Amino acid sequence: MTDLAHIRNFSIVAHIDHGKSTLADRLIQETGTVQDRDMKEQLLDAMDIERERGITIKANTVRIDYTADNGEAYVLNLIDTPGHVDFAYEVSRSMRAVEGSLLVVDSTQGVEAQTLANVYQAIDADHEIVPVLNKIDLPASDCDRVAEQIEDVIGIDASGAIRVSAKTGQGIHETLEAIVEHLPAPQGDRDAPLKAMLVDSWYDSYLGVIVLVRIMDGVLKKGDRIKMLSNGSVHHVDRIGVFRPAMQVIDELGPGEIGFLTASIKQVRDTRVGDTITHEKKGTTQALPGFKPAQPVVFCGLFPVDSAEFEDLRDAIEKLALNDASFSYEMETSAALGFGFRCGFLGLLHLEVIRDRIEREYDIDLITTAPSVIYHIYMRDGSMIELHNPADMPDLTHVDHLEEPRIKATILVPDEYLGDVLKLCQDRRGIQMDLTYAGSRAMVVYDLPLNEVVFDFYDRLKSVTKGYASFDYQMTGYRQDNLVKMQILVNDEPVDALSTMVHRDRAETRGRAMVEKLKDLIPRHMFKIPIQAAIGGKVIARETLSALRKDVTAKCYGGDATRKRKLLEKQKAGKKKMRQFGKVDIPQEAFISALKMDG
Amino acid sequence: MAVLAEDWRDGGFGLYVHWPFCQAKCPYCDFNSHVSREIDQNTWVRAYILEIERAANQTPGRVLNSVFFGGGTPSLMHPDTVAAVIDAAKKHWQFANDIEITLEANPGSVEAGKFTGFRDAGVNRVSMGIQALNDVDLRRLGRIHSVSEALDAFAIARNCFDRVSFDLIYARQNQTPGEWRAELKQALSYAIDHLSLYQLTIEDGTAFGDRYRAGGLRGLPVEDDAAQMYLDTQEICAAHGLPAYEVSNHAMPGAESRHNLIYWRYGDYVGIGPGAHGRVTLGGKRFATESPKAPNNWIAAAETGATRTTPLTITEQAQEYLMMGMRLSEGLDIGRFCRLAGYALPPQKVDYLLDLGMVDTTGTRLFATEQGRPVLNAIIRELLAD
Ligand SMILES: Nc1nc2c(ncn2[C@@H]2O[C@H](COP(=O)(O)OP(=O)(O)OP(=O)(O)O)[C@@H](O)[C@H]2O)c(=O)[nH]1
Ligand SMILES: C[S@@+](CC[C@H](N)C(=O)[O-])C[C@H]1O[C@@H](n2cnc3c(N)ncnc32)[C@H](O)[C@@H]1O
Ligand code: SF4
Ligand SMILES: [Mg+2]
Repeated sequence: MTDLAHIRNFSIVAHIDHGKSTLADRLIQETGTVQDRDMKEQLLDAMDIERERGITIKANTVRIDYTADNGEAYVLNLIDTPGHVDFAYEVSRSMRAVEGSLLVVDSTQGVEAQTLANVYQAIDADHEIVPVLNKIDLPASDCDRVAEQIEDVIGIDASGAIRVSAKTGQGIHETLEAIVEHLPAPQGDRDAPLKAMLVDSWYDSYLGVIVLVRIMDGVLKKGDRIKMLSNGSVHHVDRIGVFRPAMQVIDELGPGEIGFLTASIKQVRDTRVGDTITHEKKGTTQALPGFKPAQPVVFCGLFPVDSAEFEDLRDAIEKLALNDASFSYEMETSAALGFGFRCGFLGLLHLEVIRDRIEREYDIDLITTAPSVIYHIYMRDGSMIELHNPADMPDLTHVDHLEEPRIKATILVPDEYLGDVLKLCQDRRGIQMDLTYAGSRAMVVYDLPLNEVVFDFYDRLKSVTKGYASFDYQMTGYRQDNLVKMQILVNDEPVDALSTMVHRDRAETRGRAMVEKLKDLIPRHMFKIPIQAAIGGKVIARETLSALRKDVTAKCYGGDATRKRKLLEKQKAGKKKMRQFGKVDIPQEAFISALKMDG
Repeated sequence: MAVLAEDWRDGGFGLYVHWPFCQAKCPYCDFNSHVSREIDQNTWVRAYILEIERAANQTPGRVLNSVFFGGGTPSLMHPDTVAAVIDAAKKHWQFANDIEITLEANPGSVEAGKFTGFRDAGVNRVSMGIQALNDVDLRRLGRIHSVSEALDAFAIARNCFDRVSFDLIYARQNQTPGEWRAELKQALSYAIDHLSLYQLTIEDGTAFGDRYRAGGLRGLPVEDDAAQMYLDTQEICAAHGLPAYEVSNHAMPGAESRHNLIYWRYGDYVGIGPGAHGRVTLGGKRFATESPKAPNNWIAAAETGATRTTPLTITEQAQEYLMMGMRLSEGLDIGRFCRLAGYALPPQKVDYLLDLGMVDTTGTRLFATEQGRPVLNAIIRELLAD
């Protein structure tokens, strides 16, 4: 156990890609926590998807030992956090477990939307903030300008900002010294009853549920019987340890320390992040404030392409849900797609990550139906229904009005792209709330319907600003609007999986865009196929996919029937990646792609 | 089982001999062909004979309907090499009275000088790769002969052989349907009784394939034009008395290539030479055979037996019969498919295709209609899908 004065706990926060995980690498390496030969880039991004996409999805905790220039030995607990807006929840709860934040800002880019969002969260959590200007090895680095920007836009003192290259290791020693000097030591009472914060939990196939805890008061030991304050459940602690970043078992955790416990807990759902853990006997009765649970905001249906794989899909979803409390699911049946699940996600990236994992780790091909947000339907009889799936839209004669979720979006953009951003927001039914400047960058705040943002807003924003804009959002509430259900008919049959809710004024544009997209996405068939968008039986847009004109192999290689057979088998397998609606095969990717607007 | 064992008889029995060398590699070609300076033809003769002996031992007493020298460029073979192979085949199998012995020839001057030699060796049919009737396009296709050289070679071949066919490749870069119609009519004025007309296919792993992927090779006809060219080809050839009997092959009735009919009617064929494929029924079971692709590996393997033999399941055989048979204008024998597969063609799929006008039936046969033939792969996919 370490005395409080020699502990420093902090999170590393930044806008996406500003170098948090790389900085964590250097801190781990400089302090000798991991041997050089075991080092690899973004060591903490261990999941395949994280490595492939080069982003952090899950926050990671590491304990490092550092002997400072003053000769004293310190224990530092760092939490590397994700930058993408979908995972903002990971950042906020990580912050609750520590006293300070390293605010990393890419000195070639400057302050971005998640930089701001993270600062506000850090301030909310009463953090001491140490600004770090990263990527100074790059020629485009401009520390003075970025420091000034931090002072102007965020209003914190950046004169002491540390100039770092997480790539070359320059400035890492100064960062470690600043952590020791400027961040406060945690407080706590070793002799008080145990009070620990349940920061996170996940499922490990060998050890069962692993619980990440931050000890506020008291001491946690192996063999202790602990109680969860939220529900009174009692567990026997069979293992205690810390991450370095591999798990290392230790005997006890004292105040101010961060580590893990295992206690034969079967399901992640039996643990609640933000819960207070204490001893069964002589425990505290004072609960910590707790966290707001993460709420899924985007919903879609996941169906196996091959309906025989439904049970495999159930298994995969249950396993993934064990690890991810922010992902919700319930069974769904569809006339055309058979059995599947209606799933809720924190955003589209979260959706894509889960879908990718199911497809890759469990080898199940999926059809993802059109994503939707939750609408509130107010019925004539005064009741309210939450609509997660446009296919479930009740008969309009019983409906009084509809409300849709709105968000507050903050966008930072160099002023030469401001016009494009305003146009985009306006096109998406946005209402401008604020527009300010900091140097040559504009900060715009918009009130937007979540529905207009979830699918492709971020992609569009990046493309109209050549990647120079950044974006963050928070849910604000619900508001009534003129919303209708738009159906898509393929070869004159409605395809429920493509139904969406749209604003009446935008229905024609949306409908036209969707049928045009689908015309490109659906392969040609032996007959021509009308593709229509309709509202309540009235067609508002129509395209015709012409019949396949030529698909014949001109020449067979000698008597090589094998090759031809394999080729056709491959094509047949391709056909299996589609689902049949009436006589028409629709490819699995069509359902999401059809919704992505180009304009 | 006895019925099945004899299934191949509906297609006949042939021998395919692969010669894997060419003078130059054409950029569109993904056949097993290589350019090599040193070829010891005696070594090749020895290897072919060993392989023929082995195959004949397994198929004793069979009557051979056809021999086909394919390539590569078999016209680069020495006539003595060709003679030795034909003699070995004749020694081991019984030749049908009307046996067809075809050799693929490139239309260069080198080849033209050898035609009498090939005839004396026993060849009675030549298939010539003329490919285009305009010099600019021939160069684009990487061909090393001109139109006039090709026509000269063709004239010489006609003098030596009763049966001479030639190949053209159409739907070439910048070729319009109108240009192709004119070229085809010109071709028909030279043709005797058989023509092979292939739409240019961009194959992976060829120079054209690489260029195409890299965004090059512009000006290939769009799908509608390609479809139009295909339909025009059918129409013009039929009007000229050479209707299509297979997707890309046209002949006067009776002048069809017997060898290719063996493939499409799903008969048995022995394949020897590098990368050659075969289908043989042994002891009541049908096998697929395949030889090592690289010429040197094949030569080495031929000492002890080069072909790798894999049994074909009933389903695979039925699929192959369907895929091959549907390429023919005569289509497939519904009863034969049923006997082979153990189940009938799915009636709802057949009805669906009949409704669309893609196929037609005479009661005992199912075949692609004029409308269906350009989208034959889609028809086959539909019939095969489970
Ligand atoms: N040249 C240079 N590149 C850096 C530096 N720090 C990070 N990078 C690069 O910037 C990219 C993003 O780095 P990460 O460490 O993954 O960024 P992150 O902030 O953890 O990203 P998310 O977790 O996705 O939000 C990677 O390609 C890094 O190699 C630096 O100091 N100099
Ligand atoms: C295997 S080649 C051998 C013929 C001979 N070596 C020649 O090139 O003249 C048989 C025929 O296939 C056709 N062929 C080869 N590659 C082709 C392609 N990529 N697209 C269309 N036809 C092709 C040509 O018409 C060629 O004559
Ligand atoms: S097309 Fe004929 S000559 Fe050209 S490489 Fe292929 S086989 Fe050889
Ligand atoms: Mg990261």
